[in-house]
Amino acid sequence: MERRRFVKKLLAFVIPGGILGVILKPSTAKAKDYDATKHYYGMGIQVNKCIGCGRCVEACKDENGVSKEPFYFRTWVERYTIKKNNEVIVQNIDPRIEGIRESFGEREILRSFFVPKLCNQCDNPPCVQVCPVGATFKTDDGVVLVDENRCIGCRYCIQACPYGARYLNPVTETADKCTFCYHRITKGLLPACVEVCPTQARIFGDVRGSASPLTRFKRMNKLHVLKASLNTEPKVSYSGLDGEVR
Amino acid sequence: MKNFFPSIPEALKRLFVVLVVLVGGFLLVRFVLPASLKDSSLHVKSTVEREMERPIRYAGSDVCADCHDEYNVKQGGYHKNLSCETCHGTAREHSENPAEVKPNLPRMREFCVRCHAYNASRPTGFPQINPAAHNPLKPCIACHKPHDPPPPTVPHECQACHAEIARTKAVSPHIMLECTTCHKVPHEHKVTPRLVKATIPAEREFCGTCHGKGSEVKETPKIDLSTHGEKYLCWQCHYPHMPEVE
Amino acid sequence: MNPISEKLVDLLKQVTGYIYPNEIEVHWGVLVVVYPYLTGLVAGAVILASLVKVFNIKEVQAVYRLSLLTALAFLLIAPLPLLLHLGHPERSYEIFLNPNFASAMAMFGFVYAWYLMVVLLLEIWFTYRKDIIVWSQQENPPMKWIHRIVSLFSTDVSDKSVEFDKKVVKGITIIGIPSAFLLHGYVGFIFGSIKANPWWNSVLMPIVFLFSAIVSGIALVIILYMVIIPFRGEKIDMKCLDKMASYLFYAVIVDFSLELLDFIHRLYQSEESIKILSEMVMNKLFISLVIIQVLLGMLIPLAIIVGVKLFRFDEELRKLLYFVSVILIQLGIFATRWNVVIGGQMFSKSFRGLTAYKTELTGIEGLLMTLVLLVLPLVVLAVLLKIFPAWETPKRNPVGEAAA
Repeated sequence: MERRRFVKKLLAFVIPGGILGVILKPSTAKAKDYDATKHYYGMGIQVNKCIGCGRCVEACKDENGVSKEPFYFRTWVERYTIKKNNEVIVQNIDPRIEGIRESFGEREILRSFFVPKLCNQCDNPPCVQVCPVGATFKTDDGVVLVDENRCIGCRYCIQACPYGARYLNPVTETADKCTFCYHRITKGLLPACVEVCPTQARIFGDVRGSASPLTRFKRMNKLHVLKASLNTEPKVSYSGLDGEVR
Repeated sequence: MKNFFPSIPEALKRLFVVLVVLVGGFLLVRFVLPASLKDSSLHVKSTVEREMERPIRYAGSDVCADCHDEYNVKQGGYHKNLSCETCHGTAREHSENPAEVKPNLPRMREFCVRCHAYNASRPTGFPQINPAAHNPLKPCIACHKPHDPPPPTVPHECQACHAEIARTKAVSPHIMLECTTCHKVPHEHKVTPRLVKATIPAEREFCGTCHGKGSEVKETPKIDLSTHGEKYLCWQCHYPHMPEVE
Repeated sequence: MNPISEKLVDLLKQVTGYIYPNEIEVHWGVLVVVYPYLTGLVAGAVILASLVKVFNIKEVQAVYRLSLLTALAFLLIAPLPLLLHLGHPERSYEIFLNPNFASAMAMFGFVYAWYLMVVLLLEIWFTYRKDIIVWSQQENPPMKWIHRIVSLFSTDVSDKSVEFDKKVVKGITIIGIPSAFLLHGYVGFIFGSIKANPWWNSVLMPIVFLFSAIVSGIALVIILYMVIIPFRGEKIDMKCLDKMASYLFYAVIVDFSLELLDFIHRLYQSEESIKILSEMVMNKLFISLVIIQVLLGMLIPLAIIVGVKLFRFDEELRKLLYFVSVILIQLGIFATRWNVVIGGQMFSKSFRGLTAYKTELTGIEGLLMTLVLLVLPLVVLAVLLKIFPAWETPKRNPVGEAAA
């Protein structure tokens, strides 16, 4: 009798539990609509078009909820001024300050320009290689992401990135960086920085595509990547990149 | 066999027990723990899903066209490369709830000045003004419609777009020369500048009219065209807007 | 503004030249300096211990057990600074559960576990096994039970088992030498394999780390020996001390040569980074590198020991000089670790600027915490020495069977 009562009680839990489990199973339908293997994303930057307005920096922080303080950047813009005496001065433009404050006398300048920077979403990413728990990884569509639930905050990836693209998110205490606005590109939108650039200095697209602004960019320009000798195989290409840019 | 087991030192037998416990623990972790704790591909999948579900703030440029005709006005003018959100800020919420959530309507001078203030690092050809001198205190939109921004009158000064060159020339010995002295500028260049370009002098004799030995212009430095500068055009060595001598 | 940001605002003012905006935060601070310092001491202590067993250097037998226990004490505490520095220490088990096999840091966790569990613990266990059993027969609880549990309730004290123990210890020590090399060389590899950072990126890095570890470990054992023996009311064996000082001397020579080689190599090759690195050494690291690491930590102790070897000073003077040298050496090796870890983050990867590191007094990355972490292994060692006395022999046994 004891055993029968026990089995009855057990079934009373198991059967409704099983039904509930089936009903409440989270749907994975959303993920199924987007096939990551059909895309491979990259970016092109035309240095000659950047006016250094900093709207990309602001838009990125707005879109991705990055802390507004000037220590955490997923993307930033550098200003290079090469003087006639070959002295090179580099500054970060601060989008919070309207306009760009410091200027040099015209007589001294040989050439001057702005260079937008961001995570290069490398194909041979040193950050992915060194993560001890595999919290950062490259997706099938070529974007390097960070799992904020697995990252232990050891900061090894931040040390390993040659481009200074990573930082430690002060809220989650995990490593963070540009994701190419993954939540936007997988829905057919452009990353926020590309969206708001007034001069189309940033071009986003599928590196394997045949008819796209990125493909035209790659056809019509001689391309550079940053720190090519480190063999990180960056997927962000620059046209008009000056030799003084690091 | 009978003599084997007793001949193993007692110490080793004790240690063997410890080893069994450790190996057992390892096997437990490896095979008994649920996959969700361990399997990397599950973590990757959940991270990708989490990233894809982040909130979207920028709606994208096409969305505005559905309701606002200004989009078409913009597409016909110089601001066609700007996304609406470049100036109006994030608009996703507005696109989902147009009546209650409104995007920014920038009307202050500082807003336009951020892109259009003169800066030596900005590329030549980008329209730049000196905000302190150009109609100070007046809102930009008083004369320039933001969706179709060319000024009410076509600028007769080249300086509006070629600010860096104008400023450089202004502190050089060529200060008294009009741009049109050396460049022939068809009227279309002021309307569609990238399609129709101004000319640059193609012969050494052009500069010779002021700087050649036989020139009647007084006070200009003179050289012998037949011997000076080998086969080069004058502006290949002397930057005409700041014509310094070695 | 959160407290981290307030500190960063101050740091911004101390930046010279240009740094990437994310580089303002120095990610690996004094906690990550303490960690290689502690594991280095382990490697050095073990190498010293192995000189007894493998090379049969009789003079240093007196410090054999002390070296092993020192290594264990430091090995147990060494993960603590790492755990404190992590953003999420509660997830640190993931390094063992889900390691990324391409990551040097993850694989090092296994090297560490191997070394601790298989090599060091086993060596200590077999060294002490017979003595613990004999002691436990005479003692009162709780020590009696501690010893019985540690001996795994073993009771065999026959001559055959003791012979077996000695053979095992010798075998483990032989494995232990390359394992100790691996343990600390690997830490060097973690830094040396970062191609993004030219201050760290060097093939020599694991070797330099290893030899500076050996130097610091031997120096530590000398300090402990010179402090503990008088504390117990016994006489310092000068032959042992002189021998240890000799080995220290050889190790310092090798370490110095390696660092000199690195220095010359960098200057001679003159790669792109040489300008900013030179600027960093002369401005930000001048005191910690030129003064403390090289002058105080290496050249002066080297001169002292050479002097002792040449001039045959008397016992009291030798003891004083040795003591001064090993203290200076400890300072120098700590400064070495500082210069590697902090130095690697003082310059920008754009090679155009330098930043600063602000040390704090309190807080998790503070100097007080550093002091606690450096003292804690000594506390653990004191406890270990109580449980596993390093010089006493079991009272009931004749002197001839005294284990060494």
